[in-house]
Amino acid sequence: MAIKGAIVFDVEHCKGCGVCIPTCPNQVIAFSKNVNNKGYNYAEAVNDNCIGCTSCAMVCPDGVITVYKVKL
Amino acid sequence: MFNPDIIKPENLVYKRTSVLTDNVMHYCPGCGHGTIHRLIAEVIEEMGIQEKAICVAPVGCSVLAYNYFDVDSQGAAHGRAPAIATAIQRLYPDNHTFTYQGDGDLAAIGTAETIHACNRGENIVMIFVNNGIYGMTGGQMAPTTLIGMKTATSPYGRDVALNGHPLKITELLADLPGTYYVTRQSVQNAASVRKAKKAIRQAFENQKAKKGTSFVEVVSNCNSGWKMTPVAANKWMEENMFPFYPLGDMKVDGQKVSK
Repeated sequence: MAIKGAIVFDVEHCKGCGVCIPTCPNQVIAFSKNVNNKGYNYAEAVNDNCIGCTSCAMVCPDGVITVYKVKL
Repeated sequence: MFNPDIIKPENLVYKRTSVLTDNVMHYCPGCGHGTIHRLIAEVIEEMGIQEKAICVAPVGCSVLAYNYFDVDSQGAAHGRAPAIATAIQRLYPDNHTFTYQGDGDLAAIGTAETIHACNRGENIVMIFVNNGIYGMTGGQMAPTTLIGMKTATSPYGRDVALNGHPLKITELLADLPGTYYVTRQSVQNAASVRKAKKAIRQAFENQKAKKGTSFVEVVSNCNSGWKMTPVAANKWMEENMFPFYPLGDMKVDGQKVSK
């Protein structure tokens, strides 16, 4: 049974601190090349290796990450 | 990117709690304050005490905490949050009054109020965010600044002969008979955040059972004041803050934990 997850960022609330990036066990998150309205390079998911462990959401100071998880 | 079939309400495992308002927090990127706000809000949501919770906001970086918690709030004069919380909790004994203070507020100007509120054993929850620096005013030396740590007012590092020793106020409060639960936590990675949340939950449960003062110190970063990136600040905190401010429970159920 495979576990698949997905993370959704609230881009306008993200301040681009990058605390979530080293926390991810599967290197899913990286800074975007684009900026949001405040000028921050926000974080985004770069691959689909997410397992829905919620580690990134746990450390996010601004609570911008929503996590979904499904067992396939 | 992700399979859109996964992003459905029934697969939701984590979302921002509704006890926090939608306002963008004014804290610097990567600041631990945001995480600690979120943990308190999640505990309030899980315990179903949003209508009963009363936040006492301090002076310092978290002076605008009432803009982010969707609970009743009261601002306090600098350092006097435990005194205000004492009054509120005595008038509304079934409510959940908590103070949220930084090290400049709790351990410097408010030392007297902190110690006496804890010594009286007021039935309040005190959240103490220790980042070893005065963040809001521009990174000056605080009582909790480590020896040798460079700040705006100690540019050559804190010197014991000139500036005295750092204050371990949490150890001090653990010795007082009024405190029921005293612990030190941190929020730099997922495991420590989960532990800190458990500690905050324990503090509010103690308050519900009317056990006395519950004191939760959270060692946090101040990446702007320390002049580091958020990730580097968390690493510096692990290497330098934790040896001096060891994590863990100091007093559980009114009994000191022997190390």
